[in-house]
Amino acid sequence: MTIAPNVDSPRTATANPPVQPAQGNLGQAAVVRSSAGGPVAENPTALTPVAKLIDVSKCIGCKACQSACVEWNDTHPGVEENVGVYENPHDLTPDMFTLMRFAEYDNPETGDFEWLIRKDGCMHCADPGCLTACPAPGAIVQYSNGIVDFIHENCIGCGYCVSGCPFDIPRISQVDHRSYKCTLCSDRVAVGQGPACAKACPTHAITFGTKDDMTALAAERVEDLKSRGYDNAGLYDPQGVGGTHVMYVLHHADKPGIYNDLPEDPQIAGVVENWKGPTKTVGLAAIGLAALGSVAMGLFSRVAVEPEDERHAEDLVDRAAAIPGGEGSGEGKDA
Amino acid sequence: MTNSWTDIKNTDLVVVMGGNAAEAHPCGFKWVTEAKHHRGAKLIVVDPRFTRTASVSDYYAPIRPGTDIVFLMALIRHMIENDKVQWDYVRNYTNAAYIVRDDFGWSDGLFSGYDEEKRDYDKKSWDYVIGDDGFAVTDPTLENPRCVWQLLRAHVDAYTPELVERVCGTPADRFLKVAEMIGECSSPTKTMTSMYALGWTQHSKGAQNIRGMAMLQLILGNIGVRGGGMNALRGHSNIQGLTDIGLMSNLIPGYLNIPTEQEPDWATYMKSRAFKPLRPGQTSYWQNYPKFMVSFMKSMWGDAATVENDWAYHYLPKLDVPAYDVLRIFEMMDQGRCNIYFCQGFNGLLAFPDRGKVTRALSKLKLLVTIDPLETETSRFWENHGEHNDVDPAAIQTEVLQLPSSCFAEDEGALVNSGRWLQWHWPGAEPPGEAKLDTWIMAQVFLRVRDLYLKEGGVFPDPIVNLTWDYADANEPTPEELAKEMNGRALSDLSDPADPSKTLVKAGQQVLNFSQLRDDGSTACGCWIYSGSWNENGNNMARRDNSDPDSTGAFANWTWSWPLNRRILYNRASSDLDGNPWDDSRRLVWWDGAKWTGYDVPDIAPTAKPGEVGPFIMNQEGVSRLFSRGLMRDGPFPTHMEPFESPMANVFNPAMRGNPVARVFESDVARLGDSAEFPFVATSYRLTEHFHYWTKHNAVNAALQPEFFVEISEQLAAEKGIAKGGRVRVWSKRGEVWAKALVTKRIKPLICDGKPVHVVGIPLHWGFVGAARKGWGPNSLTPFIGDANVETPEFKAFLVNIEPAAGEAVS
Repeated sequence: MTIAPNVDSPRTATANPPVQPAQGNLGQAAVVRSSAGGPVAENPTALTPVAKLIDVSKCIGCKACQSACVEWNDTHPGVEENVGVYENPHDLTPDMFTLMRFAEYDNPETGDFEWLIRKDGCMHCADPGCLTACPAPGAIVQYSNGIVDFIHENCIGCGYCVSGCPFDIPRISQVDHRSYKCTLCSDRVAVGQGPACAKACPTHAITFGTKDDMTALAAERVEDLKSRGYDNAGLYDPQGVGGTHVMYVLHHADKPGIYNDLPEDPQIAGVVENWKGPTKTVGLAAIGLAALGSVAMGLFSRVAVEPEDERHAEDLVDRAAAIPGGEGSGEGKDA
Repeated sequence: MTNSWTDIKNTDLVVVMGGNAAEAHPCGFKWVTEAKHHRGAKLIVVDPRFTRTASVSDYYAPIRPGTDIVFLMALIRHMIENDKVQWDYVRNYTNAAYIVRDDFGWSDGLFSGYDEEKRDYDKKSWDYVIGDDGFAVTDPTLENPRCVWQLLRAHVDAYTPELVERVCGTPADRFLKVAEMIGECSSPTKTMTSMYALGWTQHSKGAQNIRGMAMLQLILGNIGVRGGGMNALRGHSNIQGLTDIGLMSNLIPGYLNIPTEQEPDWATYMKSRAFKPLRPGQTSYWQNYPKFMVSFMKSMWGDAATVENDWAYHYLPKLDVPAYDVLRIFEMMDQGRCNIYFCQGFNGLLAFPDRGKVTRALSKLKLLVTIDPLETETSRFWENHGEHNDVDPAAIQTEVLQLPSSCFAEDEGALVNSGRWLQWHWPGAEPPGEAKLDTWIMAQVFLRVRDLYLKEGGVFPDPIVNLTWDYADANEPTPEELAKEMNGRALSDLSDPADPSKTLVKAGQQVLNFSQLRDDGSTACGCWIYSGSWNENGNNMARRDNSDPDSTGAFANWTWSWPLNRRILYNRASSDLDGNPWDDSRRLVWWDGAKWTGYDVPDIAPTAKPGEVGPFIMNQEGVSRLFSRGLMRDGPFPTHMEPFESPMANVFNPAMRGNPVARVFESDVARLGDSAEFPFVATSYRLTEHFHYWTKHNAVNAALQPEFFVEISEQLAAEKGIAKGGRVRVWSKRGEVWAKALVTKRIKPLICDGKPVHVVGIPLHWGFVGAARKGWGPNSLTPFIGDANVETPEFKAFLVNIEPAAGEAVS
């Protein structure tokens, strides 16, 4: 028998769930936003906002986070080839929700070489572009603790979330035609346990807790980095998307682009702007095919895609096409 | 490690040289990030490549593989020249003041006593002047030109920053910045820790690399203190246990020695192990050697070991050569002089140098037995895998028996970590299929061999048939039984030396620790340094109290560390001559007016008066050694030696190749290459994504680092027309491999002796079985030469050539 959910957000990466069986606290009762008019809770459970802090200056690029992510989510990334880089798999995939990205940087100011290693993955934006762009009701939700979660049975695989994301994170599975990304281990956090990657991180480069605690910890780290000569050290919590629930401590916060194209100033609108010209045509064709499939699937699915959703999606695309000069985000290309 | 992983949090400066801690020891590396975060510690990395450790460092300096001694001796020179010396420590706790014999000297890269024909030194001159009183002569003023300090000063004089730049390829300004940062730690209130691993050991002069840093740490006063020390990061889980237990041909448990042919009887053996103190009043703890040795013999042979038969000394083999190390065994195998080989828990086909020779040698065996939880290349050495293992199975007559064993998560017992902690663990699962515990397998082998000797006799059955085997189930000794045997017990009542009317330990009881061992046959102990791990208080290795009063990093009640649960070796040196801590904020062990006390178990007799008894109690001098007398084969000071395969000649003696006393088998001389044919310096290493040759069996690890590659600089890639991700052929005098090219800014050409030197980095995790893609290991290329003292193969510096290769492998 389960007991009533009485757990707030976990405070550390190593927090463990209560011994007694408990229902998770991240059910429908905690949903504050839902894509395409999906259901939200009337009086959502008030959970303390959480955050994962990734301290790039402590990260050794060991990929324990990738390994833990694969193990916890039971995904099966393939054994690829080596193409002359350390990134393996070579990009985020529906089976790899997080990826160490390695950038080789000759610092023109110091003359020193730096190897910048950044754990890439969903940023859990306060104002999530994926959720805004998603045409499938209830396929993307946001909980009161800030986690943005994909509800796969509602997903139609249209790919709007991919283009709606200013960080280029979600990936569509070619197997089940649904979109996948980091859940911030919502299934663990729901029962008071920290995310798998943070728990596995050997150097505490990844920490987890309330957003307030993580912001305070980041300030401490920034102070340390400044004392070591990183005058522009800072916290990456971009306000263009309302702040994020995954944040970075960067030694060069003035140049996020050098960390493998981390956007300088991510915005939802900026991404929608990308939709124009041939991209639109190709995009629409792809959506049409995906939607056909999803309508068929919709017969057996709890949430069907309404014509209204389709119109909304097209509307988004058309609006994007009307904005000039929107090709490519152009962000972070100054490395 | 002299210290422990948890102690690294106490440091002010971490120097990672001869290792890549973040890459190879990511979990332990957390204590480095902890020291950086909460103590403001700095991290220096000196490495041929800009490594994962370097990526989080405060300062990085490149170095040519195999030239560490030049760098280290130059650091010592810098400290002396710039008065960055902890003088009170050097004067009182090292042998700086000891006078050395007049016939000791060094010239042309060689020390006195070199015999070119024997490729060995006569070490007679490498010793102190002994006075008429039998003690070493000293000059506390350090002014005598023959004292160790003055000799060291003269020895390092040639190692200028300019020489570093010329030989190591390290820009002089980079070297000087490192020296300046390290120099700050000569203050008694600043400490530096040295974290090293196989980047220092896998050289023909590996032990001297480590000596060099140990000497520097002594000059800075950083041994025996919190946040200091010489910290060897062990590369395999329980490799520390392996050395402790003496799984080497020249050792028996607890770093006691297998006798040699020159020691045919007990009296001769013991004579050279009397360890008489070399200065008045010193502890010279190895004087207890007979107690440990007799207790070991009693644990092995029980009643068959008696005072009358010299504790069955004749049962012990007597070495006719310094050691039957793995290189020698494979040389013998290649010569047909070794016919049966048990390969337990390692993968020799990929782990030993010159794979061509290894394959040839294994093919000459009559029987190969492999004992491993995983499929290994060694057990499949006879199987054709195309270019990845191009052998003719029909031509190989070796019978191979593959015995599946348990893995560490399936058995119970203690693993010894780098910090000497014996951490007991319990099985998480049953071994799958037909897999059996290694102890069961070894018991079966032993019982069958013993039966044969009992039935058929033999030339010398005694050591086998009389071996103590009193386990409850002869077929399967339990971890508890084995652990208790190593701790040791009383065979008869032990009386209290202070009051002989009292009984200290009753017959049959576990001894408290090795202080209760006797040399009269009344105690048995399998491994004296582990004595105390499972005594009458129970299994101390299973303790799980993680409290740490005053946050010193000691965690004294977490498991158990040897010796005597001591967490930092030489910890008496953390206090000054009067017994007061050098650094009040890092108190460790101090004199309270009547006895030694502190956070750790004092590494000195509890009532030994400060100022009288020196802190280095294992040494006959009571002090540490900047000059190591005759204890190492290749010199009492480290001197620069090039790798056997090097792009440049030795600046001190161009005719000298490699280490002049390292053993080289005749058949291997022809398999050494030169820089005309092989212009590039190669080095081998591990990657975080894998653990040796194990994890290529795991789909997750295989996905994270799927395929064999080599790392080269952008300059070398341009010179050779090699594209990023392109396929290359790399070859040495001994073999060839094909790999993907990882072209990187992290390796930059070095300028040595005015010429550019390119480094080719070769990681080691691929073979021809497992989930990852088929590949090769660096051992297809490396020379069959080991360190002069301990025969660790020279995997870290050798010569190769490289070219673009077309097409994929066909296998």
